[in-house]
Amino acid sequence: MTEMHASATVGGRTVDLIRRFLDSDVFHSFKRSPVVMVAFCVAMIFFAGAFFSPWLTPHNTFDASTLNLMDAFRPPAWKAEGMKEYLLGTDDQGRDVLSTIMFGMRVSLIVGFCSVLLAVAIGVTLGLISGYLGGAIDSFIMRVADVQLSFPAILVALLIDGFARSFLPRSMHEELALYVLILAIGASNWVQFARTVRGSVMVEKGREYVQAARVIGIHPAMIMVRHVLPNVIGPVLVIATLALAVAILTEATLSFLGVGVPPTRPSLGTLIRVGNNFLFSGEWWMTIFPGAALVLLVLAVNLLGDWLRDALNPKLR
Amino acid sequence: MLAFIVRRLIQSIIVMLAVAFIAFSLFQFTGDPINNMVGPEASAETRQLLRERLGLDKPFPIQFLHFVGNVVQGEFGVSYRLGMKVEDILVQRLPATLELVAVAALLALAVGVPLGVYTGLHRYGAVSRLMLTLSLVGISLPTFLIGILLILVFAVWLGWLPSFGRGKVVSIGWWTTNFTSWDGFRSIILPAITLSLFQMTLIMRLVRAEMLEVLRTDYIKFARARGLTNRAVNFGHALKNTLVPVITITGLQIGALIAFAIITETVFQWPGMGLLFLQAIQFVDIPVMSSYLVLVAFLFVIINLVVDLLYYAVDPRLRIDRAAVGAH
Repeated sequence: MTEMHASATVGGRTVDLIRRFLDSDVFHSFKRSPVVMVAFCVAMIFFAGAFFSPWLTPHNTFDASTLNLMDAFRPPAWKAEGMKEYLLGTDDQGRDVLSTIMFGMRVSLIVGFCSVLLAVAIGVTLGLISGYLGGAIDSFIMRVADVQLSFPAILVALLIDGFARSFLPRSMHEELALYVLILAIGASNWVQFARTVRGSVMVEKGREYVQAARVIGIHPAMIMVRHVLPNVIGPVLVIATLALAVAILTEATLSFLGVGVPPTRPSLGTLIRVGNNFLFSGEWWMTIFPGAALVLLVLAVNLLGDWLRDALNPKLR
Repeated sequence: MLAFIVRRLIQSIIVMLAVAFIAFSLFQFTGDPINNMVGPEASAETRQLLRERLGLDKPFPIQFLHFVGNVVQGEFGVSYRLGMKVEDILVQRLPATLELVAVAALLALAVGVPLGVYTGLHRYGAVSRLMLTLSLVGISLPTFLIGILLILVFAVWLGWLPSFGRGKVVSIGWWTTNFTSWDGFRSIILPAITLSLFQMTLIMRLVRAEMLEVLRTDYIKFARARGLTNRAVNFGHALKNTLVPVITITGLQIGALIAFAIITETVFQWPGMGLLFLQAIQFVDIPVMSSYLVLVAFLFVIINLVVDLLYYAVDPRLRIDRAAVGAH
């Protein structure tokens, strides 16, 4: 009896949430902007294509037995020497370019999402501590943030990557490359989260609900997580979207430079790096298609981030 | 004013010490350097002797001080990969990077500021909307892809410009320059455009935002009410007041240009410091990595200092505020 009652409320609450979402300003501004809707569709198609790539790709590029060197360097299907089973052509080893792009985008997105999660985790934690506790801890964290911010993120990421390389034995570089990359990109992007959260926390700290929580003796850590955090997380969402675009670009850049993911598990950046070797001999499709996929993905995420920032900003309504 | 400079100097020194510490600790993680220098058959005495001669038997803080002392005197050690003194390699590579960065910065300003002013003044014009859309695409295009596209179009398809290297350079003392020969000048065009495109979009958006802000203020309305020409209002009053943040950001972005030069130099095989650093990372060449780190940090600290001082010189309010605070 009680169970049924509970599930009914949960169902009712979900319907209610959906209705509230459809009524909200955010959804309203989404409906009114065709550019954002296109960007959303592009992003969703890319996400789906990347995450379900093992089931969706026309060819399994990791299975050496299906590769045929006779098919190497095929131009896209609409060209004279193109074959229709390889829509976007093939690379130097006869792998289907469309399939490698889908697998590559999967790696790019995994690194992108994980590193943003890491940056959010570090940034929000330090921002909460810094803003809530204040004093010497606050000024120390913010000084470190200032110094890191005066160095471009790509340089910090390169340094952490280089640091990890000199620290780890050479044989482990390939296996751990993905984690090193996530660590490097995540750790180079935490500052903006910390600064934003700190700013909002300092405002929220003086509010009555925080004082009330403090008066009834709740532990500071609990107040930070349960009471302050939910009220400062909005802007974090916006920055995280824009940071995802930056993280994907940073990953592509590092992989292009040859210090990112290994060629055995290529990301979009690695594909462009490999394709770049064949640019002068006229096999442009090996570079241009992964490059176009990367730019479209980042552009879509950037557009969504820009829109989200404006839609959530009450000043612009 | 003096107190301000002194405080900034102390901050800079602390930053430099922190960076030097990171650079120094890079050496600590790569195992015993003695093993890199002598073979496995070397006796315990030779090892001990070498250790004493290099000062590696001393405690950690003394070693660090020793390292800092060497760096201050311009001694960075010997590259594992190239077997040359790092300071010599850096001096050889520095002009290439600095020339590239300078050209890119000037290009970004020369194009970015006028475009920013134009899009700020004609907010709803078709050209402005087009420029803004293009700038968003520009932000989404990674530097290396811009380079590749430029190479594909101008070097591979059209064959107008060279795609790699510095071309013919002329040395003036220890400095080598691209600008005294036609070949050298042609070689710098594509890398400079590649490096400056992102900064260009950034400066354009910044100038536009500042112009929009300033054009709304009362003194602009008053200037218009006084019957001044559009030209005098837009350039004499509005643009002038947008320059403070533009100077700050442009100055600070020179640091970003030095960092992004790593990518541009890799794409164009430009023989600068960035390419050197990247190869050092790939080969785990610690002396080169740590010296690049120290040198770049030093450049950044200098840039930050200069920008702060410029800020002070450009914005009279800062001086008055300080003087007032000082008087009380």
